[in-house]
Amino acid sequence: MNIHPTTAGLLLAGILFVLGLISVLIRRNIIFMLLSVEIMLNAAGLAFVVAASHWGQPDGQVMFMFILAMAAAEVSVGLALILQLYHQLRTLDSDEASRMRG
Amino acid sequence: MDITFLIAAIIAVLATVRVITCYNIMHALLYLVVSLLAVAVVLYTYGAPFMAILEIIIYAGAIMVLIIFFVMMLNLGLETAEHEKAWLRPRIWIVPGLFCLVLLGELLFLILQNRQPAAGIQVVSPKQVGMAMFGPYLIAVELVGILLMAGIVGAYHLGRQQGKTLHRFLENNLDT
Repeated sequence: MNIHPTTAGLLLAGILFVLGLISVLIRRNIIFMLLSVEIMLNAAGLAFVVAASHWGQPDGQVMFMFILAMAAAEVSVGLALILQLYHQLRTLDSDEASRMRG
Repeated sequence: MDITFLIAAIIAVLATVRVITCYNIMHALLYLVVSLLAVAVVLYTYGAPFMAILEIIIYAGAIMVLIIFFVMMLNLGLETAEHEKAWLRPRIWIVPGLFCLVLLGELLFLILQNRQPAAGIQVVSPKQVGMAMFGPYLIAVELVGILLMAGIVGAYHLGRQQGKTLHRFLENNLDT
């Protein structure tokens, strides 16, 4: 079975992205939803690096570094939000936060 | 497509599947670290060793350690795993899972059909990345710095407790 390396890398990125998407859709624990967003970001970065190696241009890797920095900022803010949610509602169920009660 | 890529890709997919089907959050985090390490190996096979090291240091190191310390701070126990088991019934996940699998099938079909004729992998050196980053992408680098600062300030502001004025010892004395 002779698959082109770019095809293989894009396949892996697509599979990881869809797994993260499934997890975001089916989970109700908000920490697991945050982890799934991390999986999806990681898959997108993998696709960028594969594209960079396909064309031999550095732009994809630069974009991967930007994705890394964005993931770090997003995780810090997301964890602070989860902490506030847990302190106010005493649960990690994301359905509990569907109504904003001030 | 060499054998190292194949092994790392299979490990990454299996570990990610374990992450999304785990009840216990610490086990899920450990599987996620394994998945990130496997993705780092994949990045290495695509001629991006610097990105592989960054993936290990920042993703598998910094971000995962942050989440693990956060989970330890929340002090979730066995009870949360039981809740999770009750929340993750098949009735909930079977329809979105099916839809996503159909979408994955379409994606795989399109990628496999539209095969690129160009030759293999070209290695991009870290020097090229640095030259691009501090050349044409300089404004974007500055914006990422601003984004990180906004993240720090936002995390501090959101995570701040509404200040307790009393020590808990004095509070207990007031109650009695």
